[in-house]
Amino acid sequence: MAAPSAPPGPETAATPPERRVTPARWLRENLFSSPSNSLLTLITGLLLAWALVSFGRFLLITGRWDIIEVNLTNFMVGGFPRGQLARLWVAMAMMTIAVTISAGITSATAAEAAIAADRDPSVTVRERVQRAGPPLVLLFVMIVFVRTWLPLALLAGVLVLGVGGFRVGRRLPARWRGRAGIGAVLLIVVALTAISSFGGVSRDAWGGLLLTVYYTVGSLLLAFPIGVALALGRRSSLPVVRAGCGIFIEFFRGSPLIALLFVGWLILPFFLPVGFPTPDLVTRALIIFVLFTSAYVAEIVRGGLQSIPRGQLEAAQALGLSPWKQTRLVILPQALRNVIPALVGQAISLYKDTTLVLIIGQIELLAVAQNVTQQEAFIGQGYIAETLVFVSLIYWVGSYWMSRESQRLEARLGVGTR
Amino acid sequence: MQPTEQAASVRDADGHRPPPWRDVRVIRVALQVGFVAAALGTIWWLYSNLANNLARLGIRRDFAFLDQSAGFTIFGSDFSATSSIRVALWVGLQNTLRVALLGIALALLIGIVVGVLRLSSNWLVKRTASIYVEVLRNVPPLVLIIFFYLAVLQTLPGISDAATPGDVMVVSNRGVWLPWVELGTGTGAFAATAAVAVLAAMLVAAWRRRVHDATGRPHHRVLWGGGTALVLLGLGYLTLSPPISMSIPLLEGRSVTGGALLFPEYAALLVSLVLYTSAFIAEIVRGSIQAVPKGQVEAAQALGLSSWDRLRRVVLPQALRIAAPATGNEFLNLSKNVSLGVVIAYPELLRVGRQAIGNGQPAPQILLIVLAAYLGVSLVLSLGVNIANRRLQLVEH
Repeated sequence: MAAPSAPPGPETAATPPERRVTPARWLRENLFSSPSNSLLTLITGLLLAWALVSFGRFLLITGRWDIIEVNLTNFMVGGFPRGQLARLWVAMAMMTIAVTISAGITSATAAEAAIAADRDPSVTVRERVQRAGPPLVLLFVMIVFVRTWLPLALLAGVLVLGVGGFRVGRRLPARWRGRAGIGAVLLIVVALTAISSFGGVSRDAWGGLLLTVYYTVGSLLLAFPIGVALALGRRSSLPVVRAGCGIFIEFFRGSPLIALLFVGWLILPFFLPVGFPTPDLVTRALIIFVLFTSAYVAEIVRGGLQSIPRGQLEAAQALGLSPWKQTRLVILPQALRNVIPALVGQAISLYKDTTLVLIIGQIELLAVAQNVTQQEAFIGQGYIAETLVFVSLIYWVGSYWMSRESQRLEARLGVGTR
Repeated sequence: MQPTEQAASVRDADGHRPPPWRDVRVIRVALQVGFVAAALGTIWWLYSNLANNLARLGIRRDFAFLDQSAGFTIFGSDFSATSSIRVALWVGLQNTLRVALLGIALALLIGIVVGVLRLSSNWLVKRTASIYVEVLRNVPPLVLIIFFYLAVLQTLPGISDAATPGDVMVVSNRGVWLPWVELGTGTGAFAATAAVAVLAAMLVAAWRRRVHDATGRPHHRVLWGGGTALVLLGLGYLTLSPPISMSIPLLEGRSVTGGALLFPEYAALLVSLVLYTSAFIAEIVRGSIQAVPKGQVEAAQALGLSSWDRLRRVVLPQALRIAAPATGNEFLNLSKNVSLGVVIAYPELLRVGRQAIGNGQPAPQILLIVLAAYLGVSLVLSLGVNIANRRLQLVEH
């Protein structure tokens, strides 16, 4: 696209002649450049071929995938009452719109940052295919296993909404972006609460991927403000506040999450006043996830705060802004933009950590994979490999895709290059 | 909360003090007192709730239970049900450290190798290494643990028809028996010989070093020193009675004699954590190597160093410095992740604590001990990492 580039001059004549890379030459240079290299190629090739062939055989021939087909709804929602599934579709549509609008806004912001930094903001076709790859794989697998038409039609509807949301977000005028972001967060909160409120399904009946997503999204949303506050506290000029926030952060970062979940499971109710109704297990686990995540978010945000040059603060002071406004209007917006990729990294690790709630007896995705092998039709036949591979795929696609997108975002926002 | 209050002056131009509610010093003290009061108040509130609840339920708040007999056994150790809870938790901590320390060593080794391979000039090797990294680090460690435990180790043959590959090991779903060394009668004498050999090697190496400094002739101190040690060790091995003997596991019906038993729980936990963490370390190593300025490699090439020497003497030492803090973080993560062993009942600290709670011991105290122990392990590890880090940084000057 129209990226500003160096004016044509004598340099253009100095570019090296284009090398023609024939397949044979490519092979020689990349695989057989020396005898030892050829040997290495051979050994690696054999190992890789063996691994791919065994895995391919398992996928296509020996794997018995009927257990997934029969239990697909269990994997998605666990014991969620089947009569109430419509609520989930509505919630999913709302969340899709919220996420895609935010993604559109982020994409537009990143493109502007790229233009401002003299980098090409355009996206090549190859890049688009690579980006769409992982979710398409998951979509394909779902389509293979879905046995009725209704879910497919609904899924297509959600996809259309998603594409629409992205386009709207992309074209939103800059002054509406902030409000749209807050709106998106509110929409997610409403979607998640709408599942259980208004005569809905109590969260103790939730399961499968639904519970995984709930823990991930819920803890991130709640942990973010706490984490920012902790980070500001840890950089405060008041020594007592600094120390207090530091102790909190280091305690939660030094403890294993699963031990903390045991605390939430077994003794958190004891910390409430006598006679106070005991919160349900999902709430207790969520509290632990929020506290744990907020400590990590705090450290990430602190890194962002430290990356802001001192001149920014001095400029804000020179303008006569109050300390609170210096932080809110000058420091935080820049700091947070710098740490978006690291925050995505935290989201990935939270997504993977939600598996731990199976140890305190919650039926999330991984627990479903174990439990369905105990069904009458499948027990004692070693179906565990199939179900584990299936849920691994869901985890893998989710975190691989998020990490790819965050790397891309990092490059486009130009973090560390300004 | 505001980072910039201290710079304000206390008196204005006419020498008037500002009123206390606008005096920065007063505000700062008041804010901190308020913070402490809020924090202590919250802690006191939580603690009094805990005390009331425990009193209501008749649960004791002291640590006297530590000396009661445990009432459960821990497999893989000689811990008996009559020993105290204190000993049980200690065994659990040892089991935690057993996985953590070996896991850290193996993950570091594999991580460095894979990280270097990711930058190989060989396209296939590079791709294979990146598949390794991308597959392993995007899957929850718990999935790996359960996979290795249930889908790999539990599908091995039962003990009565266990596999005995090469007749040197026994492979069954109750565990894998590996050939192991046993100490013989001459161990003490041989150890003494070995100490002498090492000392002699060091002396010889120092002598070669002096020769090199004085004459400039190549010192070959590794060759000389190593040779001396090998000759002495060989002599000792031949003249003394054999210091060690191999113990080969032997399957007889449903029992195995000899060899060393690798428990499936231990193996599954160790392998999963090593694979998972090594993928992260590989990424750190790759990033650090790429962060070494290109000029360094080119300078080494210009000096005529071989590609191995370039890596070992120029690139890796500098990359190590960059990689140290992040790698230390991964060590901490691995040691905390050992607690995931609770899902396959590997008797690490948390699992032992859970067994004790199941036997009616008070959960608050047990979990407090478990958390404190894990925090302690983290603290010691991060202290070690910090020291190593500082030493690495000092080399620069």
